[in-house]
Amino acid sequence: MIRTVSAFLIGLVFGAGLLLSGMADPSKVLNFFDFAGSWDPSLAFVMGGALLVAAIGYRLVLARPAPVLASSFSLPALTTLDARLLGGAALFGIGWGIAGFCPGGVVPALSLGRIEPFVFAAALVTAIGAVRLFEARRIRRLQPA
Amino acid sequence: MSEFTPLTSALGGMLIGLSAVLTMGLLGRIAGISGMIGGLLPPYSGGAAAAGERGWRLAFLAGMIASPLVLLVATGSLPEIEVPVSLPMLAIGGLIAGVGVSYANGCPSGHGVCGMARFSVRSIAATLTFMATTAVTVFLVRHVFGA
Repeated sequence: MIRTVSAFLIGLVFGAGLLLSGMADPSKVLNFFDFAGSWDPSLAFVMGGALLVAAIGYRLVLARPAPVLASSFSLPALTTLDARLLGGAALFGIGWGIAGFCPGGVVPALSLGRIEPFVFAAALVTAIGAVRLFEARRIRRLQPA
Repeated sequence: MSEFTPLTSALGGMLIGLSAVLTMGLLGRIAGISGMIGGLLPPYSGGAAAAGERGWRLAFLAGMIASPLVLLVATGSLPEIEVPVSLPMLAIGGLIAGVGVSYANGCPSGHGVCGMARFSVRSIAATLTFMATTAVTVFLVRHVFGA
């Protein structure tokens, strides 16, 4: 119960941060990347603020033996670069550059009374779900019964 | 056009960083939104642990969906956004972004904030890659095809 309430409250902070920062606003996101046109450098300050707090905070938090509400820290195990990572990231950037919404930014934007976030979110969720099913099937085929 | 907002953007960024730190310090998890969404979709693995993982992810996303209310209470109005993109292009962008984050195992929140903050080589490489392709895409859409 306390984990669920904590996750909800942290999600509130995250969403408020995305909205305040401009990450939930496609015009600001696309203008940040539009160096040849209406460049708006605001998003560099989002990245700077987030990384400053997260880098220092992670250092303090990960020095502890365990998280407060879970038995252990769950950190990604992969450390090597591969084509899936870089190809996936490259593809994500194309989608972000077309739409201006990212998976985080679109979530708080759902509650602003507009249709656009729902269109992006529906397509995003469909694609993530389709890749999950496709990959689960592919892995089953690779493993002989 | 959008207005240059260094202070509110930095403040918003610090809140994003703070919630990433709280997610790790309290729940022991990376605050990556594409991973949370993926973890809520089938195929599901059974067991109480897997159900618990879905529980916190759902609560986190619910908090994000409710977050405009916090700003409404704090500032007296809902934040304004502008979407200079057509609905079909939003759908196409969403599909491409969804396939991309699935193979990249992360998006700007997971790689750009959480991964970069712990100096993960994979996250730094992923972030540099998507920042580059996003910039190229915006250039092509706005100045080559859109002109």
